[in-house]
Formats: sequence, C-alpha cells, structure tokens
Amino acid sequence: MKEESVSSTHSGSEPRKDSLSNKLLVELSHVEKHYGRLHVLKDINLQVHQGEVLVVVGPSGSGKSTMCRTINRLESIDSGVIRIDGQLLPEEGKDLARLRAEVGMVFQSFNLFANKTILENVTLAPIKVRHMDKKEAEDLAMDLLTRVGVQSQASKMPSQLSGGQQQRVAIARALAMKPKIMLFDEPTSALDPEMVNEVLDVMIELAQEGMTMICVTHEMGFARKAADRITFMADGRILEEGKPDEFFDHPKSERAREFLSKILTH
Amino acid sequence: MNDVLQLFSQYDIPGAFLVNIELTLWSALFSMILGIVLVVMRISPVSSLRTVSAAYVALFQNLPLTIIMVFMVLGAFAQLKLSFSNQFDVNFFWLAVVGLTLYTAAFVCESLRSGINTVPLGQAEAARALGLSFSESAFQIILPQAFRGSVAPLGNTFIALLKNSTVAAAASVATESSSLMSEMIEYHANSIVAIFFIFAMGYVILILPIGALTTFLSNKLAVRR
Repeated sequence: MKEESVSSTHSGSEPRKDSLSNKLLVELSHVEKHYGRLHVLKDINLQVHQGEVLVVVGPSGSGKSTMCRTINRLESIDSGVIRIDGQLLPEEGKDLARLRAEVGMVFQSFNLFANKTILENVTLAPIKVRHMDKKEAEDLAMDLLTRVGVQSQASKMPSQLSGGQQQRVAIARALAMKPKIMLFDEPTSALDPEMVNEVLDVMIELAQEGMTMICVTHEMGFARKAADRITFMADGRILEEGKPDEFFDHPKSERAREFLSKILTH
Repeated sequence: MNDVLQLFSQYDIPGAFLVNIELTLWSALFSMILGIVLVVMRISPVSSLRTVSAAYVALFQNLPLTIIMVFMVLGAFAQLKLSFSNQFDVNFFWLAVVGLTLYTAAFVCESLRSGINTVPLGQAEAARALGLSFSESAFQIILPQAFRGSVAPLGNTFIALLKNSTVAAAASVATESSSLMSEMIEYHANSIVAIFFIFAMGYVILILPIGALTTFLSNKLAVRR
C-alpha cells in the first residue's frame, strides 16, 4: 500500500489548448534586482497568459528561481512592475497576502509544515485564509490528495513520507487554494531519481487540465512535453523565448546552444 | 543529623520552599506570556516593534536581578505607589513576581528566538506563499516548531528562575527560603553546616526533576524533518 498510482484517479481531461485564452495573468516588465553588488535580474520582461505553461530553463545562478520567487514577492525587486491578473503586486500586508493566496507555489525543498499532518497541511490555508469550514476543507483536501495519489497518507506527518510523496502533497496544498496560477521552483531537483516521474506526472496532468503554470526546472523531457513556451535565462537576463520544439531543435542564441549541448549529449 | 531534625521541627522549612515554588510558578507563567509577546515583536515585519523588543531584552538581560528587585520595592512601590494588596506579605510577593517576570521574560524571549532559528526559512516562506498573515504563520507554524526546539534553553531559564526566586528576599519577601536560611543561621550559628546542607539539598531536589523533564521533553517533542 506504499504507492498508489498517480494517474489512476485521473478521468480524462479536456484538450488543454481549448483553455488557452488571451487573458494576461502574469506580467513582468523591466524588473531589476540586485543582491548587494550582484545584478541578479536584468530588465526582465515576461508575459504569461491564462492556461499557458511556461517553462524556464537555464544554467545555475542564472536568476530563474529568483524571478519565479519575485512573482509572489518572496523576493522583493529593486525596480520594474509585476502585475498578477492586471493587479499591481502590493508591497506588504493584507493585500499582498490576498494576492499570494491566488498564486500557488511549489518549492524545491517541499516545505510541508513539519508540525502538521498531511491533511492539516492541505486544509490549513483554506480554513484560515478562505474561511472554509473544517469539514468542507477536509473533503476538498481528500479529493486533492486522492488526485495526487497520497490519500492513504493523510493522517501521517510529513517526515514519514518519501520525497516524491511530500512534493505531491505540496502540490495538493497549493491547489487547495484554487490558485489562478501555479509557480514551480525546481520541484524535482531535491528528489531521488526514481521519484521524479511521479511528481512530473502530476504536473503534466495539471498542465493538461488547463492550469496556468510557470515552472523552473532542469527536466528537459518535461519541458518538451508539457511546455507551451520555453524561456531561456542566463546571467540574469532572458535570452530567448520560443516554442519547445523551436528552442530545443534550433536555439537562436549561442548561449542557449552551449547550454543545450552540455545537457542533451548524455 | 539530630541538628537537622531539630531544625525541621523548629522551622517551617517546606513552607519556605513552597513560597519559592509559588514565586517560580507565577513568574514562569507571566514571563512565558511576556516572552512570547517579545519574541513575536522581535520577528514581526514592523521595524519599530523589533526595536522595542530588542531594546527590552538588551536592558533586562543585562540588569542584575537584585537591582530590579530593589527597584520594585523602593521605586515601583515606595515612589510610584504600585501596590497589589494592603496586606504587606501579599503585596511584596506580587512585586517580587513582577520583578522576576520582567527579568526572566528577556531570557524566555532569547530562548524562543534560538528555537525559531532552528525552524527552516522554507516553513515561513510556504506559509506566506499560501496567503497566511504574519500572525497566522507565527502561531500556526513557526512558534509551535520553535517551542519544540527551545525546550532545553527554556528549561535552563526556568531552573535559573527557581534559583533566582531567592533574590525575592531583596524585595522583602521574608517568608521565602533564603530569608529563612539567614534567620536560622542567626539563631543557630553552631549548626551552620546542617543549615547549608538542608537548603542546598532542597534546591537540588527541586531542580533535578526539572532537568530530567527538560531532557525527556526535548527528545519527545523534537520536530522530525
């Protein structure tokens, strides 16, 4: 009873292209950020439309994760503008919390709440932030846990689960807030190789259901399969954007060619 | 040995220790509350609250307890007319509790803060990313984990508090153990070794279980990651 199949509960999804609309959900324009003297984000301009799956790739230290984290202001920015669903990202306080509730985030290190059970991890925010009643939140949580295939672990503590299971719970926790957009910050980088696929399967399923997603990842197979668009970053700059096939088969920039040759030859 | 038995029959030694235990329990309760308030201020996003908390801790951690206790009697009571009761004993007891609380809260705050430092940053980030407010993340996620990480330093703080409760003598709490010890030495100078022995053992007996409980709890409550 250790592993349930990830996709067994999944009953047919609509073709995702139907859900692609022209509604602009995330917009970054001229975003700049420094860490002391280090210039980590240089004139970042990015647009993500509803239903779109954007995969951000690039070498380590290129600013991918930082960019991802600025979108729900886990990182502040020095200048530039970030809009979520047309709204300017607030600086502090209640408005920021309200906006963060609309943006789901999945971390590299899972970050499940260590003092809460799996079920409580998923129900906490719906109860506290959305003021859902406990029973309703638990039903929702069980639905989501079933969807990611860890329903039998609901009463356990996070440390009793494998990395892959923890990350799937983290996805369910984010989905419980019914976010408009999901951010994935290298969700499989901390996983044992054998657990990577169970997490990617859940992500692909989400993408097919029309969720708007921004994924920072090193999983090129996933990028090719699930992405509508690839953004290539290096040295704090967006160097290239394009359709997956275009990007992987005919990268335009020298830097991207170099990057791809290093990772795709093995 | 006869000395010891005779002293026990002549003086209410357990009663004196009971006063210290009462001082300790009340001060522990109030300093815990004040300490939590201070540590929440210390980690809050409002910089003025952080400054106030840091200043409080810097002040009370560095003041000798005796000075605080003397101030409670000569300053707070005699000059500022802070009074809890018309009954002399009761009033000084509570003045001593206030003094001990003000002092110990600074150490409780620092113990909790060391516990907070054991909570990975990702826990707070995950809470914020879900839209939880500062106080919701603090009381639901950060503090519960911090408590478990600060059981050992908190235990030490409360052991120190129990011993510090003897300084209540400086706040004119005449019934507590060190006051009784002075009184006994005055009238039984020939049994001075026995008297020291009684009070030393009294404190060892009181404090050993606290230490054992601390060790037990810090193992039992440890956060599994």
